[in-house]
Amino acid sequence: MIKMCDVPRYAGPDAAELEKMKKAHVLLNKVEYERTPLKHGYTDKLLTVDVTDKSVKISDIPAEVKEKFVGGKGYCLRYLWDATTPETRWDSPENEIVMSAGPIAGITQYGGTGKMLVCTISPMTDIPIDSNVGGFFGPYLKFAGFDAIELRGKSDKDVIVVIDGNKGTISIEEAPLEHLDSHLMGEELTAMYADDENDRKNVAVVCTGSAAEHANLSMLNFTFYDPRRNVVRLKQAGRGGIGRVFRDKGIKALVCKWQGVKANLNDAYDFGILNKVGLKFHREVANLDEKQNFMRSTGTAYSLRTLADYDIVPTRNYKFGDAPGIDNMTAEVFRKDWLTQGGADGCWYGCSMACAKTADHFLLKTGPYKGQRVCVDGPEYESAAGLGPNCGITDPQAVLELNFYCDTYGIDTISYGTMTAFLMECYENGILNEERTGGLKLEWGNSEASLEMLHQMARYEGFGKIAALGSHKQKEYFAAQGWGDMDFMNDIAMEQKGLEYSEYGSKESLAQQGGYGLTNKGPQHDEAWLIFMDQVNNQIPTFEDKAEALYYYPMFRTWFGLMGLCKLPWNDIVPADNSTTDEPAKVPEHVANYLDLYYGVTGVRLTNDEMIRQSERVYNFQRIFDIRLGKGLRKNDAVPYRSVGPVTEEEYLSRQERYDGQLVDLVGYTEEQVKAMSLAEKMAATRKFREDRYQSLIDAVYPKRGWTLNGVPTVAHLKELGMDLPELLEVVEPLQDLQP
Amino acid sequence: MQLNNRPYSHWREGLTVRDVLDENHFTWPKLVVKVNKTLIWPEDYNSQELLEGDNLEVIHLLGGG
Repeated sequence: MIKMCDVPRYAGPDAAELEKMKKAHVLLNKVEYERTPLKHGYTDKLLTVDVTDKSVKISDIPAEVKEKFVGGKGYCLRYLWDATTPETRWDSPENEIVMSAGPIAGITQYGGTGKMLVCTISPMTDIPIDSNVGGFFGPYLKFAGFDAIELRGKSDKDVIVVIDGNKGTISIEEAPLEHLDSHLMGEELTAMYADDENDRKNVAVVCTGSAAEHANLSMLNFTFYDPRRNVVRLKQAGRGGIGRVFRDKGIKALVCKWQGVKANLNDAYDFGILNKVGLKFHREVANLDEKQNFMRSTGTAYSLRTLADYDIVPTRNYKFGDAPGIDNMTAEVFRKDWLTQGGADGCWYGCSMACAKTADHFLLKTGPYKGQRVCVDGPEYESAAGLGPNCGITDPQAVLELNFYCDTYGIDTISYGTMTAFLMECYENGILNEERTGGLKLEWGNSEASLEMLHQMARYEGFGKIAALGSHKQKEYFAAQGWGDMDFMNDIAMEQKGLEYSEYGSKESLAQQGGYGLTNKGPQHDEAWLIFMDQVNNQIPTFEDKAEALYYYPMFRTWFGLMGLCKLPWNDIVPADNSTTDEPAKVPEHVANYLDLYYGVTGVRLTNDEMIRQSERVYNFQRIFDIRLGKGLRKNDAVPYRSVGPVTEEEYLSRQERYDGQLVDLVGYTEEQVKAMSLAEKMAATRKFREDRYQSLIDAVYPKRGWTLNGVPTVAHLKELGMDLPELLEVVEPLQDLQP
Repeated sequence: MQLNNRPYSHWREGLTVRDVLDENHFTWPKLVVKVNKTLIWPEDYNSQELLEGDNLEVIHLLGGG
């Protein structure tokens, strides 16, 4: 295998070209500021950039905002709410992109502590989206003096915003010549703003790609420089179309520069405890990773083969879960033939889990960069599963090429994979055909067609214009053209609230159906991943058990987003004696680690309950934000039937023994009755049972969360949380007695 | 015999923990195995035989997701 460090820089911009780009910059505004150093994890400063008038404002974050919203996603949502109205849509000038890293972010003693949260009103869902992303921008922004940045307005020129934390300057520059695609722009801006080769690690860039000009499913790339591979790496704030909003504002990139990362820039209250807890974590990783999840050697894609064994890997638009051909994409294959390790594989300093692998010097076979060798970040499990078996593709080379182009074009791999799977099923059913797709044969497994559609999307031409809409709007378009039956498309399009599902089949886990359906932002598994607890372990058999899980885990996992933490170190490696604890699924020792980290940084000692309360305040705030924007009620938590049960005869027959057995064991038919039923009757009975069960789940979950049966947080619950803020009561009070 | 508190219809004389893991394709790397609430360590999976009235728990710890 050829490693990136063994060859000349593949995307390093030509010096003359870089000089030309730099010369073309026009300084539109520059302000100097006195950097506020961090104290116990906070600067208590907010940076506001309005790209309409190119103004820059620095303001204090009030103590009451800090108390109730903590940081990270909490700050993002608070400031997004304040900037917008119930009428604000994704492309309104007042819609903001707000980014905040959270109080623990930026420490280097523990794994997964460099995350930033990004929120905006989504072009896909018309409600707030939140994404959690690695890379260096989040910590650097903190060190530069800001707990959060809000971007508002619309620029009439393409601009970049440059924050230099050491010099104490913020500039807005017109930047007409840099390439839009991220693997190029990341390199260009890193080289441009670094003083020299050694300084590249001190530059962090946020950018998107050429597809973000038009495609709703566009994301943001956050860079970090990998000195061992000599390449700029990309991590993604992937979900919900944030990249589309970014480009709609005329923003090309953000750059934050910080020289001098060191161990205690957060001014931790008790630095010793960070070292102690961190050391314990690093020892666990060193001793246990190769016995557990192989995160260091393979990254998250290790689980593809394994999840296929449990009928969970989405296959052919979530019809099935066993992914024929998956042996072409096992951890061993990726490890042996494609990925390298040993570079800077942690997306922030100090992460010994280091799961961010790359395919080095990967030769592209298609598209505008055909014939060039590039560095491909990933693929993460979600990317591999969505771009691969969900579309019937099990060729790792094709998956890596799709992953690369999604990243550099600024496209969310999860949405692209799930949406393409939907389009392929439409093609299979005649809703689409070669004429309607402009010649694209969107057949299962046709990676060339998927790649060509991706390139068309980036160029915004041909069928790429339709692809750029995302699944939700595609259904409406196809129905309006008279191409397909809306009921069928509603059943098979794996989207809810406008967002495509992430990559787990949930048919056999009612709790996971809720884990997707009862989310604030749409069906992303980061709130609750309960498949094993439910489907395999049978640990939460009753509605009450499932409701407790759908209360605890979303609240617990929201906390990572308040703090600037990665979820993976919580449970992808666990202590050796975790199995002997009362609740191994919660990984109690790691929860205690997090409480120690919070105490160590902020000086505030939380109990487990107080930790959950911190999240619950923000979680309910987000729910009410959804309601304020016209969603967030029970009807909006409805899910496509494909996530619940078998839509087609093909699906039912593929697991007939299971479904027939359930009609006896769960629904109450006798074996004789089932034998006498037609296939259509059995499918109808299965559907009724499963859909009723989902409604019963909602009936159990909402009260547990302190919501009415219509999904509205009760006034009493908000008072209990200390969240009976006037602006929230104004939204929920008229809805308290509204029946679903 | 019960597997994760569901009736296990494939019990037979001499069935071991390893047999159950293999038959059910339980390949997840982080498993906690208990027989009648007693923890079984991986080195004993091959030799631990299951009786007809046993309650076998194979708990898959989270990860992924």
